[in-house]
Amino acid sequence: MAIDQTYPEIRAAVASLCSQYQGGYWRKMDAAKAYPTEFVQALTSAGFLATLIPENYGGAGLPLGAGCAVLEEVHRSGGNGAACHAQMYTMGTLLRHGSEEQKEQFLPAVAEGKLRLQTFAVTEPASGTDTSRIRTNAVRDGDDYVINGQKVFISRTEHSDLMILLVRTTPREQCVKHTDGMSVLLVDMREAVGNGLSISPIDTMMNHASTELFFDDLRVPVCNLIGEEGQGFKCILDGMNAERILIAAECIGDARWFTAKSAEYARERTVFDRPIGANQGIQFPIAKAHIQTEAAALMVQQAADLYDAGRSAGAEANMAKLLASEASWAAGDTCIQTHGGYGFAAEYDVERKFRETRLYQIAPISTNLILSYVATRELQLPRSF
Amino acid sequence: MKVLVAVKRVVDYNVKVRAKADGTDVDLNNVKMSINPFCEIAVEEAVRLKEAGVATEVIAVSVGEKSCQEQIRTALALGADRGIQVETDGKVEPLVIAKLLKAVVDKEQPQLVILGKQSIDGDNNQTGQMLGALANMGQGTFASEIAVEGDKVNVIREIDGGLQTVSLSLPAIVTTDLRLNEPRYASLPNIMKAKKKQLDVYTPDDLGVAVTSHITQIKVEAPAERKAGITVKDVEELVDKLKNEAKIIS
Repeated sequence: MAIDQTYPEIRAAVASLCSQYQGGYWRKMDAAKAYPTEFVQALTSAGFLATLIPENYGGAGLPLGAGCAVLEEVHRSGGNGAACHAQMYTMGTLLRHGSEEQKEQFLPAVAEGKLRLQTFAVTEPASGTDTSRIRTNAVRDGDDYVINGQKVFISRTEHSDLMILLVRTTPREQCVKHTDGMSVLLVDMREAVGNGLSISPIDTMMNHASTELFFDDLRVPVCNLIGEEGQGFKCILDGMNAERILIAAECIGDARWFTAKSAEYARERTVFDRPIGANQGIQFPIAKAHIQTEAAALMVQQAADLYDAGRSAGAEANMAKLLASEASWAAGDTCIQTHGGYGFAAEYDVERKFRETRLYQIAPISTNLILSYVATRELQLPRSF
Repeated sequence: MKVLVAVKRVVDYNVKVRAKADGTDVDLNNVKMSINPFCEIAVEEAVRLKEAGVATEVIAVSVGEKSCQEQIRTALALGADRGIQVETDGKVEPLVIAKLLKAVVDKEQPQLVILGKQSIDGDNNQTGQMLGALANMGQGTFASEIAVEGDKVNVIREIDGGLQTVSLSLPAIVTTDLRLNEPRYASLPNIMKAKKKQLDVYTPDDLGVAVTSHITQIKVEAPAERKAGITVKDVEELVDKLKNEAKIIS
C-alpha cells in the first residue's frame, strides 16, 4: 500500500462484516437481479450507513473520510455498495437545508435504518445533466404541491421510504437565471406509490435497482419543502461533491480488489512451465493499474480532506471521481486480460465487478462533464454549450 | 465475575507470509496486522459471558509494542470493558508473556482467564499452559464449549479422536479452539465507544517481571517447493518406484 490507510479500525470492522458476504452471495444477487437485503441490513445494524449523520441525530458524526473508508472497504472486499451508499449521503440535503423540525422528524429514523432515504431524483428523459431543463413541475394547491412529470435512471426507489425530489416550481422561461425556480421536496414514498407516483424498473447490465418514475397529480404537503422555494438547485449542489468523493472511494476499492486478484492469479497460474506473472506482458499492465490506482487514491484523499476542512472541494471531487473511475476500469480490464477465459467465468467474480465498475465513468456525472467543468471553471476556457 | 482475556497482535491470517531475504525472520514490513483469530474467539466468549450476566467485567490484556493497542481497541470495540497493555520491545517468548500475564492476574484477580490456544505467528501453544502453572490454576485447553456453574467451569475440550469434558474450580484458565464460537464484527457505535474506554499501560518493571530470553531464533526459511507428481501406468511400476526410487518399501 502506497499511502497509510485512514480509519484502520473502521476498515477492519467493515472487512470482517463483508467476509460474511463473499463472492457466492453477490453472484446469487446478480443472477437474480435481487436487492442484497441481508447485506444492507447488516451494514445498517452495525451503524456504518449512519457514519455521516451527526451524533445528536443518532449517527456517528464522522467526517466524509470515514464514509470513504467504509465504502472503499465494501468494494475492496468484492462487494458492491451501490445498493445502499446513498443512505449515507442523500440525507446531506436534509441536514444542510432542512428545517429543525424536518431534521428531528426524519434523521434519527434514517440513522437507525428504520427509514430508508436513498433516492435522489433529478435526471429526466429530456434533460440529462442539463438540470435546469427538468420538466417535472410542482404547482401549489392549498397546503399541497401537485406534481406532474417523469424521472429516469433513479436508483433504489423500490427500496426507499423517502425520496429527495427536484422539481420546477417556476417555469424556466420566467426565471432570471435558468437554475432558479427549482425546488426540493421530501417525498414519502410509502404514501406516494399508487397515489400519483408509479415506479417502473429498468433492466440494466448489472444489478443496480434502477427505475423510471411517473408523477401524475402526486400531492406532497408544502411542509415537505426543503429550503426555500425556487432555491432547490443550490440545495442539491453541495451534496453532489460528497457523492462524487464517496463514489470515487468505491472505485479505489474496486481497483484494489481487481489488482489484488490479478496479481494473485498471475503468481499462481502456470503456462509454459512458469507463472504467467513472470511475463512482463502480464506484469506490466498490473503494475501500471496499481500505480494509476494509488495516484487516484491520493486525489480522493485530498478531495475528502478539503471537504472535511469545509473548503471548496468542487474541482478535487470531480477530478477524484474521474481518476478513480478510470483507474478501476483500467484495473478491471487488466484483470480480465490476466485471467484470460476465466475472466469471463462468473465464478471468478471478475466479470461482475467489471460490469459494476463501468457505471462510474457515467454516474453520478459523466467523464465529459467533468472535463468540461475543469476546462471552463478551473482553467477559464470558453464554454462550448 | 471478572474475566481477563489475552489478545495478541499477529500478522493477518489472509497474508501469505514470506521469509526475509537474510533468513533472520518473517518479513513483517508493510504487512497487515490483526488480532490473533483464537484471541478474537476468546474475546467473543468473554463478551457472551458478560451478556449472559455471568461475567461482570471483561478486561483485555496484550503484551507487546505500542502498536498492539490497536488490537486492544478492537477487543474493546467487540465489547471488552477496559484494556491493559504491557509494553515490551521486540519479540517476547511465551514464558515471559506468561509471567507478565501472571503479574496482571495477581493485580486484577480475575475468576476466569481466557486465551487463544495459540497464536498464528509463533504457533507455540504454550502461554495458556504456562500461565496455568505459574498462577496455580486449573486449565481447560482447546475449549469448544464452556459453561460456568457456581464456582466451577465446565470445559468441553477438543482432543484427538473426540471430546473430553473437564470441570475446573474457579479461578481457572481456558484456551479456545476454533469451534468455540463465531466472533461478531464491531459496530460503528462500539468502535467509537472503544476509543473512550480506559486503557492502562504497564512496563514489565511496573509488574516486577524481568524480560529475559531463553530462545534464540537461528533461521527462518520458506518450506521447500512441492515438486510435480508423476503418473504411473500400472501397479507394477508404482511398486517399482516406491521400492527403488522413493525407497519407502523394501
